[in-house]
Amino acid sequence: MQPTSHDFTANAHKALQDENLRKALKRVEAGFTTARARAAAALPEFEALRDQARDIKNHVLENLDFYLERFAARVEEQGGRVHWCATPAEARETILALCRSVDARTVTKGKSMIAEEIALNPFLAENGVEPIETDLGEYIIQLADEPPSHIIGPAVHKTQDQVADLFLEHHRRYGKNKRLEEAEDLVAEAREVLRDKYLAADVGITGANFLVAETGSTVIVTNEGNGDLTQLLPKMHIVVASLEKVVPTLEDTATILRVLARSATGQEMSVYTTFSTGPRRQGDADGPPRFHVVLLDNGRSELVGSDKGELLRCIRCGACMNHCPVYQAVGGHAYGWVYPGPIGAALDPYFLGLEETRHLPNASTFCGRCEEVCPMRIPLPRILRHWRERAFSHHIAPPAERWGVKLWAALAARPALYRAFTRVALWALRLFSGRKGALRRLPFLGGWTDGRDLPAPAGPGFIDQWRARQKRGGTSGEHDG
Amino acid sequence: MSTDAKTLILQRIRRSMGRGPLPEEAKLSLQRRLADPRPNLIPARARADHGALVRLFIEKAEAVGATVERIGDSDRLGACLADFLKRHNLPGHAVAAPALQGSGLENTELVTLRFGVPEASDQTGIAPAFRAIAETGTLAMISGPDIPATMNFLPDNHIAILHEADIVGAMEDVFAALRKKYGSATMPRTLNFISGPSRTADIEQKIVEGAHGPRRLHIVLIGNGQKNAETDG
Repeated sequence: MQPTSHDFTANAHKALQDENLRKALKRVEAGFTTARARAAAALPEFEALRDQARDIKNHVLENLDFYLERFAARVEEQGGRVHWCATPAEARETILALCRSVDARTVTKGKSMIAEEIALNPFLAENGVEPIETDLGEYIIQLADEPPSHIIGPAVHKTQDQVADLFLEHHRRYGKNKRLEEAEDLVAEAREVLRDKYLAADVGITGANFLVAETGSTVIVTNEGNGDLTQLLPKMHIVVASLEKVVPTLEDTATILRVLARSATGQEMSVYTTFSTGPRRQGDADGPPRFHVVLLDNGRSELVGSDKGELLRCIRCGACMNHCPVYQAVGGHAYGWVYPGPIGAALDPYFLGLEETRHLPNASTFCGRCEEVCPMRIPLPRILRHWRERAFSHHIAPPAERWGVKLWAALAARPALYRAFTRVALWALRLFSGRKGALRRLPFLGGWTDGRDLPAPAGPGFIDQWRARQKRGGTSGEHDG
Repeated sequence: MSTDAKTLILQRIRRSMGRGPLPEEAKLSLQRRLADPRPNLIPARARADHGALVRLFIEKAEAVGATVERIGDSDRLGACLADFLKRHNLPGHAVAAPALQGSGLENTELVTLRFGVPEASDQTGIAPAFRAIAETGTLAMISGPDIPATMNFLPDNHIAILHEADIVGAMEDVFAALRKKYGSATMPRTLNFISGPSRTADIEQKIVEGAHGPRRLHIVLIGNGQKNAETDG
């Protein structure tokens, strides 16, 4: 997709006025975060498992070349093929060539963030191969011609009414002319429409949550079962995955699986966890006769040893965005590219460059919840801070912002001046706030006061309060709260 | 193109890591790690005596929306199937994995049974479970010449036949059993872990069952509480 990250401010403004989005995002917060908290509390070993999961991925990243070669060798020993692709363009061309090798006209697809990253769908369509998304969320946004707004719930921004309208509009050609009112009926209709697509498809494309070096297996995790019908019924199964998905053994996979679903949806296990190893075997009752893995680099080989290499531990559970106050306010589309939320704000500058994405590292309150809930313990706030510093030092931030920061730095480095300034500022804020104790408008801070009032500070600043307290109570101030 | 890209990618990884290819000694140690896979931390609840694991499995499977029916003896399978179809008002025919021939499923005159690969029109499919995981109420299903993997997904109603002795504590126990059956580092083409019926929450986070896979998952658990060791394989 064409990134719109440079328009983050405008995107966010638009999102904040969107009533439907507000309702939808409320559900994200209520649904995902409660479910995760409950699941984490129900497993005494959860925190220890997070540590082990992190250590496994660190071990993989240190030996990434070894595990990738071993994985590829195991796939090929069992009759599959592995295609190493350095760039998105190479990956797209490889997939198209594979589709053409079996004269594919339609391709069913399971949910894959890598397919989004390489913008596979428009490319296939332009070249005469029709891609059909089968994950319900992906199917909905394909009909709406929109990018996903969440890693695991691509259509979380849509209301049921919007889905009903989309189905009415697009399912007419299958003779379905009734607008459906219930979620059950909408799911049933999508199921019926997509059934025929699975059966007719020549190629099935899925992503992978894991690539197991020990056995050459690719693993997908779903709740709907769409990824399984997608890979089992056609003549060819193509797995598209990025380098860092590799794990050493089946046991290591089990450990990470224990934190994945709990962090994502609060389930102990997703409904379907599928290990696919090579093509259909001699004599097998069913399964795809051809099996290909498209391994995408797209810069990861250079990210791996860098100061932001920890991003490659990400298992795409979506917990960071579910718990992010900024994501909860603006939704996924505002971020303007494939990966939204804190992980997107940390990752997108790497893929798209800081010029395009300079707003994203600022789309954070640094509350730290993302790091708190990340099953792989990725230090997201640290990485966002790093990008901010880089935007400043590389003169990417606009002049006003840079001057503001410099002015602040000058003030903060001179304690006496700082105290005098804050005293005057607090006095002024209280003076202008009037009896209501809030300010309706502030010069240069329209972004804050357009949507809400700024409450006036209630009393003297921290340093003055601290001094007063020290005078009163001697040294007892430290532990009384 | 592919070989070149492979060389390029591996070179870049090594450059980023500030090293060349791993020294032989380091490779050997990684190879040993792969050849002798050790379980990591396994939650305590997956480490109980077999009776407790059977109870935990039933509790967990029901919690994720499966139904569990216990029968003492596989002779009852046919009657079980007939009851299931009647209970849900389903037509009196079903397709079963060929592996289940002679299992006792045929012991009913009320159901027309076909052994083979499911078709789109089949409403009820029956497959044997390889193992089941007590920790999460999860079935482990393998594919093969006489077990089609599509049986787990295509029919609307999925019946899994599980022997009590095949209930294990954790996913790691399933992997150990697979290595015993297939040899080390080898897998069936498809290994499906299944926890409950197919579901989606993609419309307003409302959970709807029967998204693409089965609407119903019914587990028939054979055993009378005594562990037997005949189902190895």
